[in-house]
Amino acid sequence: MFLPHTDADREAMLHTIGVEKIEDLFKGLPEKRLFPEVNLPPGVTEIEALEELQHISDANETTGELISFLGAGAYNHYTPAVVDSILLRGEFYTAYTPYQPEISQGTLQAIFEYQSMIVALTGMDASNASHYDGATAVAEAVNMAYHNFRGKRQKIILSPGLHPHYRETVHTYIVDSDIQIEGEDTPLEAGPEALIPLIDEDTALVVVQYPDFFGRVHDFSQFVAAAHDAKALVAVHVNPLTLGLLKPPGDFGADIVTGEGQTLGIPLAFGGPYLGIFATRDKYVRKMAGRIVGETKDTRGQRGYVLTLSTREQHIRRERATSNICTNQGLLATAAAIYMSLLGKNGLRQLAELNYHKAHYAAEQIASLKGFELAYTEPFFNEFTVRCPKPVSELNADLIHFDILGGYDLGESHPGLADHMLIAVTEMISREEIDHFVEALKEVTNA
Amino acid sequence: MPEPTIFELSSPGRQGAYFPEPDVPRTEIPEEILRDNLPLPEIAEVDVVRHFTRLSQLNHGVDTGFYPLGSCTMKYNPKVNEQTARLGGFAKIHPLQPVETVQGAVGLMYELQEWLKEISGFSGVSLQPAAGAHGELTGVLIMRAYHKSRGDHKRIKMLIPDSAHGTNPASSAMSGLKIVEIPSDARGNIDMDALCAECDDTLAGIMITNPNTLGLFEEKFMEVCDCVHEAGGLVYGDGANLNAIMGISRPADCGVDVLHFNLHKTFSTPHGGGGPGSGPVGVTAELAPFLPGPIATVIDEGGEEEPPLYGLVNPENSIGRVKAFHGHFSIMVRAFTYMMMLGGEGLKAVSEHAVLNANYLQARLRDTYKIPHDRICMHEFVAEGHWEDVPDVHALDISKRLMDFGFHPPTNYFPLIVPEALMIEPTETESKETLDAFADTLIQIAEEARTNPEMLQTAPHNTPFGRLDEVKAARELVLCCWFPEEEED
Amino acid sequence: MNFPKELKYTKNDEWIRIAGDEGTIGITDYAQDQLSDIVFVEYLVDIGDSVDKDDTFATVESVKAAADVYMPVAGEIVAVNEDLPDAPEQVNSDPYGEAWMIKIKVSDSSQLDDLLDAGGIENLERDH
Repeated sequence: MFLPHTDADREAMLHTIGVEKIEDLFKGLPEKRLFPEVNLPPGVTEIEALEELQHISDANETTGELISFLGAGAYNHYTPAVVDSILLRGEFYTAYTPYQPEISQGTLQAIFEYQSMIVALTGMDASNASHYDGATAVAEAVNMAYHNFRGKRQKIILSPGLHPHYRETVHTYIVDSDIQIEGEDTPLEAGPEALIPLIDEDTALVVVQYPDFFGRVHDFSQFVAAAHDAKALVAVHVNPLTLGLLKPPGDFGADIVTGEGQTLGIPLAFGGPYLGIFATRDKYVRKMAGRIVGETKDTRGQRGYVLTLSTREQHIRRERATSNICTNQGLLATAAAIYMSLLGKNGLRQLAELNYHKAHYAAEQIASLKGFELAYTEPFFNEFTVRCPKPVSELNADLIHFDILGGYDLGESHPGLADHMLIAVTEMISREEIDHFVEALKEVTNA
Repeated sequence: MPEPTIFELSSPGRQGAYFPEPDVPRTEIPEEILRDNLPLPEIAEVDVVRHFTRLSQLNHGVDTGFYPLGSCTMKYNPKVNEQTARLGGFAKIHPLQPVETVQGAVGLMYELQEWLKEISGFSGVSLQPAAGAHGELTGVLIMRAYHKSRGDHKRIKMLIPDSAHGTNPASSAMSGLKIVEIPSDARGNIDMDALCAECDDTLAGIMITNPNTLGLFEEKFMEVCDCVHEAGGLVYGDGANLNAIMGISRPADCGVDVLHFNLHKTFSTPHGGGGPGSGPVGVTAELAPFLPGPIATVIDEGGEEEPPLYGLVNPENSIGRVKAFHGHFSIMVRAFTYMMMLGGEGLKAVSEHAVLNANYLQARLRDTYKIPHDRICMHEFVAEGHWEDVPDVHALDISKRLMDFGFHPPTNYFPLIVPEALMIEPTETESKETLDAFADTLIQIAEEARTNPEMLQTAPHNTPFGRLDEVKAARELVLCCWFPEEEED
Repeated sequence: MNFPKELKYTKNDEWIRIAGDEGTIGITDYAQDQLSDIVFVEYLVDIGDSVDKDDTFATVESVKAAADVYMPVAGEIVAVNEDLPDAPEQVNSDPYGEAWMIKIKVSDSSQLDDLLDAGGIENLERDH
């Protein structure tokens, strides 16, 4: 299957090579267990594969069938039909990294435009062509800040409001370095000011999330000033969709913006592939990892684009490179570029407001239920934390009978918060469905 | 004709996607959290479609022509993969859904782990890493965690052959290891004497790509592994070239302890202009407790009436997560579809024909281009793009001239140990006619190099763009087509 | 290739010009030619730093290569050519003049004896 060779082709090719049979090409390999039996099910044709995959797919209950209030780093949004229809063009889909710019201007310009729109959205000066996801973008921010100070500053402060998966990823990445991580155990209620006392001249970077994991929109102005007084860098992790409405991190002094770009037209797909956003200020551009597209001209005087600043990267700098990234999320950056182009200035604002209003309506309705209250008073976007009268695990087990995927059980990541539910409400949820959710919560807590 | 940028196409008041008015009462938004200005472009739907369609037409892809980019396995990827990855039960599930509601997805992950073990001979697989380099970092962290768990803290040295991809030394350096480069010998193998001299009690291990980046199977592969093992080190296998050995030789049988799969390359996800990839890691039983979680497992076998219950677990001494959630799931669906369609025999045939195609091309080009390590190759080979009688023509010129004939050039200037390298990986999905057309063109270009070298040096001629000025790009550094000052009015 | 007689050289293609106890340091004509168009120069040291012989004090990059630049002898940094990062092409056009990189106060002048003279570097066996 998928092989175009005829018997005559094979024979002619073997003859040209000068061997008798294909097995002869493997004579130099260790004889021990050469040609092992591979115990996989026998191959099938497309029609059978599709049937089997459909069957497996049907064994899942989807956010299309259930009413989902799950967020916590991955959100159920609408993707306009244009996005996938353009992405599937073979010229985008089946190309690889644009090493040969003369025949890759499509990818290069699309990524250049992606970089430009990320800059516009975040208020930074430059963006790279992507990291694997939000978590690895944060880990690369830590890495970059450490190398920015040439290892002389070893403290990294992580806000407890940073996604727990991201914090865990950072710990995995830095385990063999001399980096010390602080801040994760500061009180959740306290906000970013609680991190200020930890910042000193040994601090390379402070990472906060905006809105944070619990949905809160903090004012970071005091905190950023304190970090900059100590000459530490500040990384702000964002959900880019919220920036349709919220003040961009560039406005309050961020040095690095990382983001999870899944909300820009990328399907949930059980967790990936998503899109790691990374943008920074001009003065740190050369410290940024990952591919970067820059503008130039060709021999005919036409404006064109190339991969630039490659000397930062592993294929040139090898063990002296500060990151090993090679393959990135090119296609998903292209998807995000198409998505941002379609919505544009007004569409993104409109969508952000829609999310805001729906979530606030839901919050108000839920908070009016007996035994439920909003856990925090800070402003929020489309996600908020509710204290419930019963453990969330019990509520969610009951809610599924109402065809509802309840919000994220914060007890799973924060054992002290077993009665706290993190609820996301997007444009995919109607008022009727919110009302149904509220009714269901009422029923399952009265029982 | 260059395409205007999306910002240049913008006209105030246009929009390409619309959303309903809120069906809930509006809530006041506090002024202090609002941004002043959102400087994104404004364009109608049709013009967005035309812009990106025109851009796509400036690209070469596997769907438009032969793409023998060495080391990247640019095979044809079945279109049915795109259909299965988009099935609602895969595309529309949330990673934090209760596991009882995603039994199909977790079951698929479990099955895929089993199949990858079967192909490679390993005892444990984690599907979490996002790409090949990410798998490397994961594997190196596992190696370090293993040594530390045995109280063996002085093992900080990683051996890396000089033919290795740059990601290998970079991944090791990220994990704080000291890199020692091992030279290659005249036959393109690892220099055994140099290797053995470094095998001492500070050895963490070796990172080895086999077949190596010259497209050659290490002739003393088992001895290399033995030598490292005897010194207490571990063998990391870079699975970049697995497409050559499926059903032929299993890395674990040869002595590899940990290996990453390039799921997107070998098991067919289109490369998307640079990604996404997927880099699962396979390990021996001894290393399995260190794998990053979550890993799909069978919680309850079920029975005749009951299907098994699948779950996601973390290994006991896990190095921790290397990214959010469970990995690049939709690429796992594509790999699963591909492996299901091919079965064991089909995968073996894939590798056999990948090797057949490479050897055929090598044989066709041998008289025209110098093959510095000339022996039976695996799925790719390296030729020199340079001749002594025409010193001013370089591999880069040959590559650019190939574009005029509708071919994507081979990988240039890698591996570093071959001057003027042209690294050619045809893959198994190409027909004899395509290979012949490519070989004929390369032979014609070699002729042109003698008769009309300028034709090569000024190539490409038939592409929408001529050579791009990389020096200008790096010196002037324009990374964004939108400037704040232009927007203020 | 041009190797001025009055300079001392390292095998790694740095040069040093000595005046009293002060040394001016840059990279050779051969090095700039090998790297081709230089697009970036970055210093890894500040004025006042004491830096050992063979330690890296700068990085020089073309679009295809990145080279570390090492101290020919130990010394204290007394001046850094701040104009060079804004005009890296000077490394190509005038490696021994405009493109000087740092000035140091030499801490141990006996280390100068280990360096090559112009004849020595001209006859140096190179890999390529």
